[in-house]
Amino acid sequence: MPKLYSGAEIVFKCLEDQKVEHIFGYPGGAVLPIYDELKNHPSIKHILVRHEQGAGHAAEGYARSTGKPGVVLVTSGPGATNVVTALTDAYMDSVPLVCISGQVPTHLIGTDAFQECDTTGITRPCTKHNWLVKNINDLPRIMHEAFEVATTGRPGPVLVDIPKDIQFAKTKYFKPSKKKSNLKIKNRFKQKDIDQLIDLMSKAKKPIFYTGGGVINSGPKASELLRELVSLTGFPITSTLQGLGAYPGDDNQFLGMLGMHGTYEANNAMHDCDLLINIGARFDDRITGKIDEFSPKSKKVHIDIDPSSINKIVKVDLSIVGDVVDVISSTTKTLKKKNLNLVKSNKQKISNWWQQIQKWRKKQSLSYIGSDKIIKPQYAVERLYELTKKQDTFITTEVGQHQMWAAQHYKFNKPNRWMTSGGLGTMGYGLPAAIGVQVAHPKKLVVDIAGEASILMNMQEISTAVQYNLPIKVFILNNQYMGMVRQWQELLHEKNYSESYSKALPDFVKLAEAYGCVGICAKEPNELDEKIEEMINTDRPVIFDCHVDQDENCFPMIPSGKPHNQMLLGPNDQEANKISGKGKALV
Amino acid sequence: MTKSKSAYSTPTKSGKIDTHIIVVWVDNEASVLSRVVGLFSGRGYNIESLAVAEVDHKKNLSRITIVTTGTPQVIEQIVLQLKKLVPVHNVANFKRDDKNVIFREMALLKIVANPIKIKKALNTCKNFNPVVLDQTKKSVVIQITALRREIDNMIKNLKPLGLVSASRTGAVAMTRGAEILN
Repeated sequence: MPKLYSGAEIVFKCLEDQKVEHIFGYPGGAVLPIYDELKNHPSIKHILVRHEQGAGHAAEGYARSTGKPGVVLVTSGPGATNVVTALTDAYMDSVPLVCISGQVPTHLIGTDAFQECDTTGITRPCTKHNWLVKNINDLPRIMHEAFEVATTGRPGPVLVDIPKDIQFAKTKYFKPSKKKSNLKIKNRFKQKDIDQLIDLMSKAKKPIFYTGGGVINSGPKASELLRELVSLTGFPITSTLQGLGAYPGDDNQFLGMLGMHGTYEANNAMHDCDLLINIGARFDDRITGKIDEFSPKSKKVHIDIDPSSINKIVKVDLSIVGDVVDVISSTTKTLKKKNLNLVKSNKQKISNWWQQIQKWRKKQSLSYIGSDKIIKPQYAVERLYELTKKQDTFITTEVGQHQMWAAQHYKFNKPNRWMTSGGLGTMGYGLPAAIGVQVAHPKKLVVDIAGEASILMNMQEISTAVQYNLPIKVFILNNQYMGMVRQWQELLHEKNYSESYSKALPDFVKLAEAYGCVGICAKEPNELDEKIEEMINTDRPVIFDCHVDQDENCFPMIPSGKPHNQMLLGPNDQEANKISGKGKALV
Repeated sequence: MTKSKSAYSTPTKSGKIDTHIIVVWVDNEASVLSRVVGLFSGRGYNIESLAVAEVDHKKNLSRITIVTTGTPQVIEQIVLQLKKLVPVHNVANFKRDDKNVIFREMALLKIVANPIKIKKALNTCKNFNPVVLDQTKKSVVIQITALRREIDNMIKNLKPLGLVSASRTGAVAMTRGAEILN
């Protein structure tokens, strides 16, 4: 007779077979049998967070920096509800997470028992799929299926809810099956789609690549292939917030990020192009602006692994459903085989287009008015970039102005180095995410570029960093305002700064000391470099309180309801062109 | 130019709204219906009627028939989003005026009235396969099968004849000819 294992043992046997090395969690009554089993599985390390939301974001940071699924373990009731924000965040940004939650024993389900909640009901709209395990015999299959669903196709979070009596009950264990399930069919494109794409590419005079997080999710190989394709074609390339790093940020063919706070050249190129090739992006509303006037003159191609992304927002002329890696490699292969001449003639054909792009570039839309008295937030990010670019650095962010400045001024050269909450826009994401990244890459430099408001939302997790000696750096651009809220209030609500100023803030240096890590404060531009160096050279967690200009706004920006070619530029340009009056009306 | 105070874009003009019948084959498991219905409510899609029951006990398959309205873009999204759900095996989509598909709905109608009115009521139903399931001196329960619009009309016409209660199944669908859907 085969050996029988308890539900708790099966959870770990499955984690071992799925090659899980780290789990992020927080114990509680309904999940204690699983915690009891932890000691018997030395290959799996548990990271104890301070709040379940932190566990979720840490697992996201872990997943996004490694490409492996992040695993979360929480208890029933509040444990499960606290992780909902992180699950929703992962769902929006397509991050593979497997969340295991404890549940009250099956006979108590539905009785409003202590710490009971309808976990599968609550998490149904924010997971790819979830399971309530009511029969121990289903547990091995469900656990393996959970990993498969989370990691195949467009990745995302899943949740397995395991009642306490199921954790004690016993059954046989079996390993994941090797047979291909329907979920694994990811490529639905044919060679003729690729031929059509190449035909469009050879005819285009003003082409552009618009790439997104799908390239990152497709694995490091996809980024390599993308670089080859871009260099072969000579086309300009722009990237969404989530796609940064898939293509080198300092390369000449890269136009910078596009969208609401994207560069002038990227957005104008999107508006005027005649061929738009979307690779692994989803036409998010922060990217497109007004749909009616989005890239009106272009033929549009959409390459995506998720068929429901096609035609969801923008009608496209050619859709290619498949994994980015496979689509680009077929394209490059065909391009090399058939059209070697085309590659050269193409570069000539689009030379006018490049001249136009150079004109837009001359606007220098990311420029700002410097100061020698006060630290400009853009300057702080620039210095951080310059002083860290020589080493392999991982950046996470919170949400707001600092996030956009980080995206604009920090240049990424590798995929999986940039972790930010884009879809859901979760303040409090960056610190726990940095913890997850540092757990996965203990020797690397991990910096959370933060705002003073966001950081306070999950401040408690610095205690986790201290407990596990994770030398993360929290780089706070402190302007005492919820900066993005303040900016919108200045531009749209007649400077009525309603509740966007934090009258009381902690002394971050003392706070760092209280938590048992290192606090550094910088107030003047001339001390910034030295202090950043000090931060980098400290082999412990650091909270860096960088006091920056309170009135700085994040430019350029596309005002709401406006197309890409009606951007609002920074104060430099507004003064030069005397459009500040009109510019305001545009908002 | 009006000044928008929103951080979001203004709505764009939407296409023509059509009625569609969507058939979904799903694993007959706990909460599968709420996944399907939750997808509709969560994404703001419309449900006009819903019929669901197990159709294959061996394979544990249920068939859900949903009548919905939307622009072509929304209908396409509904189908694609449904296909992404893990317990969903297949999705079929028909326009209401599709000639190759039969649509039917069943209704139980209770009429409380004097015998003359009851007789009239039965007569009104005669084109829709009426079956009398229960009859007393003062009441009758009639079963009819018809198209949704026809049942709508019947209910309107039977109100003056003493209709006090109506129960409807929602539309179900089947293709004509030897062809099968799944």
